[in-house]
Amino acid sequence: MMQWETVIGLEVHVQLATQSKIFSGASTAFGADPNTQACAVDLGMPGVLPVLNENAVAMAVKFGLAIDAEIPETSLFERKNYFYPDLPKGYQTSQMAQPIVGTGNVEITLDDGTTRTIRVHHAHLEEDAGKSLHEDYHGMTGIDLNRAGTPLLEIVSEPDMRSAKEAVAYIKALHAIVTYLGISDGNMAEGSMRCDVNVSVRPKGQAAFGTRAEIKNVNSFRFVEKAIAFEVERQIELIEDGGEVIQETRLFDPERDETRGMRTKEEANDYRYFPCPDLLPVTLDSAYVDHQRALMPELPSEKRQRFENQLGLSAYDAGVLASSRAMAEYFEAVKEACGNAKQAANWVQGELSANLNRENLEIGDSPVTAEQLGGLIQRVMDDTISGKAAKQVFQALWDGEADSADAIIDARGLKQVTDTGAIEGMIDQVIADSPVQVAQYREADEAKRGKMIGYFVGQVMKASRGTANPQQVNSLLKQKLDQA
Amino acid sequence: MHDKTLTELAAGLQAGEFSSRELCQAALDRIEHLDGELNSFITVTAEQALANADAADRAREAGDAGPLAGLPLALKDIFCTQGVRTSCGSKMLDDFVSPYDASVVEKLRQAGAVNLGKTNMDEFAMGSSNESSFYGPVKNPWDLSAVPGGSSGGSAAAVAAGLVPAALGTDTGGSIRQPAAFCGITGLKPTYGRVSRYGMVAFASSLDQGGPLARSAADCALLLEAIAGHDVRDSTSVARVVPDYTAELDTPLTGLKIGLPKEYFGDGLDPEVETAVREAIKVYESLGAKVCEVSLPHTHLAIPAYYVIAPAEASSNLSRFDGVRFGHRCDDPTNLEDLYKRTRAEGFGEEVKRRILIGTHTLSEGFFDAYYLKAQQVRRLIRQDFLDAFDEVDVLMGPTAPTPAFDLGAQKDPVSMYLQDIYTIAVNLAGIPGISVPAGFAGNRPVGLQVLAPHFAEAQLLGVAHQFQQATDWHLKRPAFGKETA
Repeated sequence: MMQWETVIGLEVHVQLATQSKIFSGASTAFGADPNTQACAVDLGMPGVLPVLNENAVAMAVKFGLAIDAEIPETSLFERKNYFYPDLPKGYQTSQMAQPIVGTGNVEITLDDGTTRTIRVHHAHLEEDAGKSLHEDYHGMTGIDLNRAGTPLLEIVSEPDMRSAKEAVAYIKALHAIVTYLGISDGNMAEGSMRCDVNVSVRPKGQAAFGTRAEIKNVNSFRFVEKAIAFEVERQIELIEDGGEVIQETRLFDPERDETRGMRTKEEANDYRYFPCPDLLPVTLDSAYVDHQRALMPELPSEKRQRFENQLGLSAYDAGVLASSRAMAEYFEAVKEACGNAKQAANWVQGELSANLNRENLEIGDSPVTAEQLGGLIQRVMDDTISGKAAKQVFQALWDGEADSADAIIDARGLKQVTDTGAIEGMIDQVIADSPVQVAQYREADEAKRGKMIGYFVGQVMKASRGTANPQQVNSLLKQKLDQA
Repeated sequence: MHDKTLTELAAGLQAGEFSSRELCQAALDRIEHLDGELNSFITVTAEQALANADAADRAREAGDAGPLAGLPLALKDIFCTQGVRTSCGSKMLDDFVSPYDASVVEKLRQAGAVNLGKTNMDEFAMGSSNESSFYGPVKNPWDLSAVPGGSSGGSAAAVAAGLVPAALGTDTGGSIRQPAAFCGITGLKPTYGRVSRYGMVAFASSLDQGGPLARSAADCALLLEAIAGHDVRDSTSVARVVPDYTAELDTPLTGLKIGLPKEYFGDGLDPEVETAVREAIKVYESLGAKVCEVSLPHTHLAIPAYYVIAPAEASSNLSRFDGVRFGHRCDDPTNLEDLYKRTRAEGFGEEVKRRILIGTHTLSEGFFDAYYLKAQQVRRLIRQDFLDAFDEVDVLMGPTAPTPAFDLGAQKDPVSMYLQDIYTIAVNLAGIPGISVPAGFAGNRPVGLQVLAPHFAEAQLLGVAHQFQQATDWHLKRPAFGKETA
């Protein structure tokens, strides 16, 4: 049986979070009524001219610096010519021969903790096209040009990935970088990150690449994994059946989890790239690049190291908490509020993440704020409530019962009883009510006693309605039972 | 009144000799009487013009008159004008009403000028005779059997016939200077980047430049002052102070060094044109200028390079005319490809299609290096030729066109039409400014003297042209056409 190796390269289009479009002053906000955010420039009216949005340049440069890439002094916009109804000018203004970001590296971490470096061939700026709407137009096609001219950074990797998992890890790493930098909202559902996936297979050990298929517009981490899985299987089957993979563009159908042929290389457009005469070459001197570098926030890898080295978190915890800017910011806010990094890490990765996952929410949508969670952790740390009660309080905060842990603790009377006299009273009562169990306990050896004491702790906790401090209950019980 | 220059009319308005309404009404009447024969206008905006003339008169009364307040002008129909059809001489845009004003249109309005309408032109500015217009050819007022030149033929003919004192045109390869020469008026192509291209329907973006056509260099100076300057909406416009061109007109010519490119006096130059141009140069010598011969060794490559670069850019610029959002759309398209094919087949004329095909070919895979890249290399050599020449001399002079205006329908072969621009095209490739001034006649048809100067030396260029017009009266000659009409 032949062993196959998968080779994957990705082109990831990241929508940059500029206020206005890359070549016009129109807004880039998502979700407006069709064609209300398209000005004369976006519509490709006769006589209009593009003016480059300097913010888009700054964002691209920051990305380049984040992946340790070369930032060429001169980059150039070119026109990519083809006809399509949602491409108003009949060309897309893009970069080809001289992109704004040169070769760089992205480090990825797989689920098993291993890391790999994926090389980035280059990243270039371009404008997005509009959208064709095929429904509800009585057999005609509607065109919405709101998206036309939205700035995109296209990040082109080398064919360095060898599995769908690596591809997903790479996209997640890019997602973390662009959201950390604040250059994209990274919202995949709204199309802020879209991928074209190049997939080929080759017999293990063979140096030459197989013929690749390009799968267009795969718009979620999950779809990337599924599209690659399907495509790899399709290509292997094809070859093993004596067929040949043809170089073509394919489309992923998320309804059926399959890819379908769109056009072959022979049908491909000749885009007739040439330098756009309406735009000057972009020249960036080292002072500009240094300035952008100074404006950059802490990046995921730097944050991970700080969490590990300064906060004393485990490598795993540091990795998870630094994986997204939102997660890291939340964690750091909890840590600020409660003053204990380990506790904050445990709660964010434990109770909070479990709840978020269950309800399929992003951390930004958490009903429990970082300040609320920090307040709760403080009450656990100062022994005001037990760990068990804390879970109750968390759920109440999640459900929006009150706006602070303290308010819920008061309302529910969860304040832990640490008064030794009160606990002793309850213990005496339990011992008096359980003569059989007491006798059995006292007859048992030390090893058995350890297990049997749980019964008494449970009874005392029940009597205190959970408010007694369990450690205190435990030690007082031991004293009293062992006395006789 | 129709014989007067812009400068004289401005003085008349200022002195209260007549109102802007009277002036504009007179021009509109002349257009109505004469333009049926001339065909220099595509659209006349009489009502709007008179309202603006009244507004200019009121502004003057209120002491708030701009530098061009109340002066009638016409715009080549390539400049977008809000609410007014902007056809670019094409069936493709026959029903296109621009939703915005070009930058120069805004500037002219702010200066108080009154636009009377949109002038005829070669379709998408592609032509040297104005015969490729969807709206029919324009006639030369000096001889109705001759072409007015192109592509700004309507603007040139309207000024020459006294329908308007001045007009704006655009020049991609000679389209202001050559029609100015053919029609016996003064036409200036400014330095690339001096005048905003925002709102000028693009033909070849790296070559296009708007500029004035008028009855004198002084009038051109007045207009250039109004339209020049940096525009944030045009990245290729240059942030450089706009000089007071009018104030510098009278700088004496003593010591001026004039270079005569020997390549501009070679084969193909009409002897009568050459005689007129050499006479004009003698006038300069008499004014104290020194004349010497210079060489622009890559001149013979200008037309081939231009006919690669300009069509390449045009093929891309004209892709937006696809029948989807504006302009002509074919009836009942059966599918997308049918929509594109028939819309563009019906909407564009022959010359435009020819250039789209040439440009598409030169940009295509396998031909790009041999054509487009090579042409860009040649372009740099041509530019260097001029820079080298300007190390030796202050200005260059020669004929604007190799012949006087030719007969309507005479140039049947596209290549012989392209050769019309032999002396003008290199100037666009180099990006330098050039002006054509009336310098005599070949038979009954005017001859233009072309003067070229270094980048952004418009002040000097206009001064050199103005001094010639102080010493000669060629620019004051008027055609017989329309002479009897008030």
